[in-house]
Amino acid sequence: MSGSMQPRAAGVSRRAVEVVTASAFAAIGIVGLWDSSRIGAGWGTDGPQSGYFPFWIALIMTGASLFTLVSAWRDAGPDETFLTRPQLGLVLSILAPATAFVLAIAWAGLYVPAALLIAWFMARLGGYSWRAGLLTGASIAVLSFVTFEIWFLVPLPKGPLETWLGY
Amino acid sequence: MEQLGLLFQGFAVALEPQNFVLMVIGIVLGVVIGVLPGLGGANGVAILLPLTFSLPPVSAVILLSCIYWGALFGGAITSILFNIPGEPWSVATTFDGYPMAQQGRAAEALTAAFTSSFVGAFFAIVLITFVAPAVAGFALKFGPPEFFAVMFLAFASFVGMSRTAPMKTLTAMMLGFLLAAVGMDTVTGQLRMTFGSVELMRGFDFLVLVIGLFGISEILLSIEEGLAFRGKQARITLSTVLRTWRELPRYWAISLRSSLIGCWMGITPAGATPASFMSYGVAKKMSRHGADFGKGRIEGVIAPETAAHAAGTSALLPMLALGVPGSPTAAVLLGGLMMWGLQPGPMLFVEQKDFVWGLIASMYMGNLVGLAIVLACVPAFAAILRIPFAVVASTILVVCAIGAYTVHNAWFDILLMLVFGVVGYVLKKLDYPLAPMVLALVLGDRTEQAFRQSLLMSQGDVAIFWANPLVATIMAAGIALLVWPLANWAWGQIGALARPKITETP
Repeated sequence: MSGSMQPRAAGVSRRAVEVVTASAFAAIGIVGLWDSSRIGAGWGTDGPQSGYFPFWIALIMTGASLFTLVSAWRDAGPDETFLTRPQLGLVLSILAPATAFVLAIAWAGLYVPAALLIAWFMARLGGYSWRAGLLTGASIAVLSFVTFEIWFLVPLPKGPLETWLGY
Repeated sequence: MEQLGLLFQGFAVALEPQNFVLMVIGIVLGVVIGVLPGLGGANGVAILLPLTFSLPPVSAVILLSCIYWGALFGGAITSILFNIPGEPWSVATTFDGYPMAQQGRAAEALTAAFTSSFVGAFFAIVLITFVAPAVAGFALKFGPPEFFAVMFLAFASFVGMSRTAPMKTLTAMMLGFLLAAVGMDTVTGQLRMTFGSVELMRGFDFLVLVIGLFGISEILLSIEEGLAFRGKQARITLSTVLRTWRELPRYWAISLRSSLIGCWMGITPAGATPASFMSYGVAKKMSRHGADFGKGRIEGVIAPETAAHAAGTSALLPMLALGVPGSPTAAVLLGGLMMWGLQPGPMLFVEQKDFVWGLIASMYMGNLVGLAIVLACVPAFAAILRIPFAVVASTILVVCAIGAYTVHNAWFDILLMLVFGVVGYVLKKLDYPLAPMVLALVLGDRTEQAFRQSLLMSQGDVAIFWANPLVATIMAAGIALLVWPLANWAWGQIGALARPKITETP
């Protein structure tokens, strides 16, 4: 975090993130207001309608986030760095494979992507050889298969490989 | 005393072989969860909750609550040895704990931390044993307006007592309520905010969101600091333990004060984290050696650890007696109660005696067993942090994904978990508090239900919320807490006008 005397380190501006977040909250609030009034936010024949409670919740949320938005906008103090460039790179280096992992589960099941995710992390972030990564990944995947499918009888997503193996 | 008799019955339940084994497993798992970055009490319990459906409720709650105690203990290990708080409530423990470790007094610091944790927890459990039944008995008279007022008070105290911007607290809380409302309205059968999506019809499950908000976001936060953990070694010998224990009674005043602070902050849902900071601050201010704090004073370890455990434990008091949890982990446990088919609230003490007293008895034993386990096994637990981050982080990602999937067997939930991981990461960095959001998520439906039933009773007249002295008092306390930040701000403005020269605020 940079002090008030130093120039801001290169990276994402905190104020920008603050404004974007508050706007997103306000937008969600407005969507909530719209949907609540659509289904009825008043008094029905048999009590409060479905939108009654969410309407007030959404109203408070919109108001509070607009307040945050305006005060972030008008804040005259020096801006801070939300994330420096190297930090952004580190965060993305985890977030990108994690996203690929979650998307891959949809068609490849959980176990194969899990083994690959662990191998990727070890080889690309941990500086291990791919062989060590793949071995560790595969053993953790097999361990979780035994734990969940066989021991706890909890079915997890399965893909072509598991089908081919007869599960 | 009726409580003592019930408590002994509870001990009989907690000492059944299966429950005792689950207790030990829970503590060990909890310490591991507390040590690992990215896994904490709330999401650790959330991940394991779906696996407990085959157990009887009392065994399940013993297992999960022991994970909570274990996580509370585990946070201290990483704070003292690695200067990395494993949990937010152990941040204050790093201030003096890590300097002590650097001076080669790690074993002493750890012993003091574990023992004070135990003292704080014990104080809180005694409080629960004797106060919770009384509160529950009193609450049996509550109707829907009173319950709504209690929830209003709980949420208002977040706004009034948190150290973050009140508007951000309010926003985060309302997001929790709004997300809880998504899906089928159980009263009218109307679909709310689903926008035609089949996946959204199920609503947002708090377990999935907790795993994302607390688990994934924590991994993203810890990667910012870099990849390697460098820590101090420690092995606790019996002689160190005995020597430290001989010293500890000298600090009884700090322990008592920190326990009181912790219990107060735990029952009102301010939580363990502010309790530990507040207790550290008070200890520093009241000590004759205040200037030495931060350089390795043992009081600086005792104060936050006692308060954090007292707060973490006493958070279960309002959860058991009123059905209003005092911390995110207590909120997840409350969600578990509902999933096991128990109705949270004061009736629990009447209808589920074995469950309640088994849980309370297991708290005594769990903390005692926990103290023994952490004292004996510190080197083993500390070794976990020597596993490379690349392996730990990726394995935690996989475990979180499994946890999110098992809630409803839905792939969409894994995606939701990832999205909320990023949301949680951004919100944490912008100082939006996550605890009120999680509490609102869990309590959303019950709050709305109490609100609706009250309005039905009065035919839509909101005056029902101050119709009798009891409900009016609770509501007034809530409103006072809500306007507290505003009054504080106005006071500051008046003060600034009166003394225009002084611009520095303490």
